[in-house]
Amino acid sequence: MQFTLKVWRQTGPSEKGAFATYDASGISEDMSFLEVLDVVNEDLIEAGTEPIAFDHDCREGICGSCGMMVNGQAHGPGTRTATCQLHMRVFNDGDTIVVEPWRSAAFPLVRDLVVNRSALDRIVESGGFISVSTGAATEANLIPVPKVVADAAMDVAECIGCGACVAACPNGAAQLFTAAKMQHLNLLPQGQSERYQRAERMVETMEEYFGGCTNHGECQFACPKGISIDVIAYMNRDYMAAKTKNRKLTGQA
Amino acid sequence: MAASPRSTVEAAVKPISRRPASNAPWPLNIYASAVGKKWTMAITGLIGMGFITVHMLGNLKIYLGREELNHYAEGLRIFGDPFVPRGVVLDILRIVLFIALVLHVHAAYSLWMTNRRARPVAYASRRDYIAANWASRTMIWTGPIVLLFIAFHLLDLTFGNLNPSFIEGDVYHNVVASLQRMPVMIVYILANAALGIHLWHGAWSLFQSIGVNNPYLNGVRRVFATVFALAIVMGNVSFPIAVALRIVG
Repeated sequence: MQFTLKVWRQTGPSEKGAFATYDASGISEDMSFLEVLDVVNEDLIEAGTEPIAFDHDCREGICGSCGMMVNGQAHGPGTRTATCQLHMRVFNDGDTIVVEPWRSAAFPLVRDLVVNRSALDRIVESGGFISVSTGAATEANLIPVPKVVADAAMDVAECIGCGACVAACPNGAAQLFTAAKMQHLNLLPQGQSERYQRAERMVETMEEYFGGCTNHGECQFACPKGISIDVIAYMNRDYMAAKTKNRKLTGQA
Repeated sequence: MAASPRSTVEAAVKPISRRPASNAPWPLNIYASAVGKKWTMAITGLIGMGFITVHMLGNLKIYLGREELNHYAEGLRIFGDPFVPRGVVLDILRIVLFIALVLHVHAAYSLWMTNRRARPVAYASRRDYIAANWASRTMIWTGPIVLLFIAFHLLDLTFGNLNPSFIEGDVYHNVVASLQRMPVMIVYILANAALGIHLWHGAWSLFQSIGVNNPYLNGVRRVFATVFALAIVMGNVSFPIAVALRIVG
């Protein structure tokens, strides 16, 4: 297969970027999109020019590194796939494919297709955890969790933090990410004691960096893990409850 | 192109909004956040939806004739009689609606500005939206259209400034006189189309904003929004058409 790639090239955060056009020929339909970028990069290196910088790690859809806009969709066409799971058979021979980095104030561009997604870490640091006393591990079966609950928690814990929800959202909102990171703890008994402090802290940290949700619903289709916008409704509910419950914690009824 | 080292330190993340003051009194502490503003928009939107339902249903009395419609209009003024003086309940409702409208518009404007800050550099390539539909992406335009129409509508039929022959208390006469003008009729129908599109997204979206979500019932929310928007638009648009066809007047 043969493709024309239009790839965003930008040498640094404050430099001016532009699309550059590359030919990719001799591509197998079984290649992933990242492998096509590898092929293009080998040609660029042999020609003595700078290869395209892009984030990637596991190449099996579980690390969340390979975020990029492919043909105007986060992680490209295809449902529940990261860019590494995007295979060239979904394109037609001779297609022009446009590749762009995530665009968000919270994701400053580092170089080419690489952005700094550490704003997502700021959200998790603010409350996306449970506090436990260290020491000998307690007997796991002391806290029974029904299978359906464990499964539901796992469904949201699937979030790989790739930032596709932010990239796809017309508002650049991180609601799906934040709500998923809250919900996988909120469903389990271990997550209950800090539930409302978590809601307040995580939502307010999110709002420092990201836009706000207006219920376009774009994020749930961009999500490579298929996390539903149901979790955003639960987050909105918890945030409102947190505003009264957290004051009661200090004895103010 | 020479290779120059780039790091996430150089591409440091900067906040786009200030953290809301956590010691602000309730409910100001809620309104300070974007999630709180969406709650506000949902609740004020619900107030507006309640109003528009009663407004449309009440106006259907136009089909029963002049006496029936004017009697209904008078009924609104003497609501609460004899416990409260004439017009007081109506004025209280008007104040509630006005506050709801101001909050709805302010929250929308504020969220819009935040969301613009959240993506200062737009995508250079064409976006291919999967779920974000025409209605959800034009809320920021259908909203102001409806707002301008409300202003015109009030000046036309409540205050009478823009009505060709306004008679205080004769609602039937005022409506017919206003809608007989062709441009007004067209504006009326277009504004209601904008309202319908606005409601179709809003009447679904509000459930998400206030956390009314149950996977077994979520399909109903879309059906409700569709039926609600259609019913309101069909009822409202029937009035100018009825006047044009001389069914009323």
